[in-house]
Amino acid sequence: MADEPLILGIETSCDETGVGVVRGHTLLADALASSVEQHARFGGVVPEVASRAHLEAIVPTMERALTEAGVTIADIDAIAVTAGPGLAGALLVGVAAAKGYAVAAEKPIYGVNHLAAHVAVDTLEHGPLPEPAVALLVSGGHSSLLLIDDLARGVTPLGATIDDAAGEAFDKIARLLGLPFPGGPYIDREARAGDPAAIAFPRGLTAAKDLARHRYDFSFSGLKTAVARWVEARQRAGEPVPVADVAASFQEAVCDVLVGKALDACRSNGVETLVIGGGVAANSRLRAMAEQRAARQGIRVRVPRPGLCTDNGAMVAALGSHLVAAGVAPSRLDLPADSAMPLTTVSV
Amino acid sequence: MGLGWFIVLVLVVDSSTPAVTAALVEVTASGVTTRAQRCTVDARAHGELLAPQVDAILADIGARPADLGAIVAGLGPGPFTGLRVGLVTAATMGQVLGVPAYGVCSLDAIGHPAAAGEPVLAASDARRREIYWAVYDGAGQRLAGPEVGAPAVAAERARELAVTVAVGDGAHRYADALGLPLRAEPRYPDANALAVLAAERIRAGAPGDPLTPLYLRRPDAVAATARKPVLP
Ligand SMILES: [Zn+2]
Repeated sequence: MADEPLILGIETSCDETGVGVVRGHTLLADALASSVEQHARFGGVVPEVASRAHLEAIVPTMERALTEAGVTIADIDAIAVTAGPGLAGALLVGVAAAKGYAVAAEKPIYGVNHLAAHVAVDTLEHGPLPEPAVALLVSGGHSSLLLIDDLARGVTPLGATIDDAAGEAFDKIARLLGLPFPGGPYIDREARAGDPAAIAFPRGLTAAKDLARHRYDFSFSGLKTAVARWVEARQRAGEPVPVADVAASFQEAVCDVLVGKALDACRSNGVETLVIGGGVAANSRLRAMAEQRAARQGIRVRVPRPGLCTDNGAMVAALGSHLVAAGVAPSRLDLPADSAMPLTTVSV
Repeated sequence: MGLGWFIVLVLVVDSSTPAVTAALVEVTASGVTTRAQRCTVDARAHGELLAPQVDAILADIGARPADLGAIVAGLGPGPFTGLRVGLVTAATMGQVLGVPAYGVCSLDAIGHPAAAGEPVLAASDARRREIYWAVYDGAGQRLAGPEVGAPAVAAERARELAVTVAVGDGAHRYADALGLPLRAEPRYPDANALAVLAAERIRAGAPGDPLTPLYLRRPDAVAATARKPVLP
């Protein structure tokens, strides 16, 4: 509908330069430039390399987004930008860009929380989010469980990883198995030919003694070590490493914990909707397992298509659109980039 | 339209040093005049400060962004994170307004106005006990640099080029190591000088530059090495 707000979203918190355009809940454009290949030889994202790439990519990415959406910046009602959490130098490029656009085009600006944007993006595919909902956000940079009472004003953190992020664990195990970076898609592919029950890898923070303190928290570092030990023992014995079985068993352990804790959070909070977002939400086993187990418990799972799960500008625009519709006031022009922005802050 | 009527309102930004600078400058056929300026020295808040300063100087003279005819940005060298704020601001505003954005070496905006008949070393702080530096002749033309390195290295090069005076925040910080008399101003890149150094291009309506920072240093990153085994 033409009277719904037209929102631009800018994302630069990690290695993707994203610019999205949405009208209400309708996605009009989602332009992306990635520096992922420049980081591959370092085995992880190098912040300065990412920041340099954002500066080079932001203007052409904006150009593509506006062309794809068939709008000009004068048509835009508000500009939303990821203000945190993320890499400080990378965030700063996006925030400064959004301010440049806002000042030059005389538009309001919304500095928003990256994690809340991962939740909001689902509205572009499945419409308004029923509240309360539980969100499971899993990527290379974060692994969190949130209770969403009011996405426009504040979310309640239930738990988070106490060591590695889930996506980080995928990257590290991929490297161990000689698969490329980023590891997620390669593990997923290898695992399809493997047996998820071949090796019983540990499920972090699921023992009764851990649940008392860490019911909704995650830990993947013990799993990572267990997989490394298993693989090394094989290598030392001169036996071949069954890559597909290791990948499938590792992936099964990660997904089992993520889905188990997410559904526990839904049940104990009387919530019927689970939203899954972040790059790891593109994992085919996670999606299938969540849907199967949730269906048995009468819980509805909402997962955006893989292209919207990874970092992008559309998710930021989607959250901006939600904030404008909810009547939330814009941010001030001196809004800071906050690499450690708390989850309780949806917009600054 | 005769050249006598030529007048362009230019936004000038520089964030290559602890000073965050925004200015509005009028470039005419014969001169360059600063109309409004804001400068705040705070090395940690470039991202917070610059856009409100641009907003404020526009309000100071009752202008709208659409009144701008060109943008000039200091390309550094400077600490990367802060430096990028000025450049991304210039690039995005230029994109929206459809006006050219020109890049000028930020050290030139210290050395050029300081060079009054004698060669001068201009320096800014590069952290890690190093400076960004360049040498200018008596007419303000750059003879050497920009480079990044230890003050002692810059001092030796300056002696070879018969430099008699040093200028800029980096020169003040490392005055002992440089061993040169200091000139007080400009301490940071001068907005009017940035516009002067781009004025010919502005008057000619030259196409804008890709605003690539003068990084001078590679990113700190090491290629992934072999993984350490977990078994003893
Ligand atoms: Zn993310």
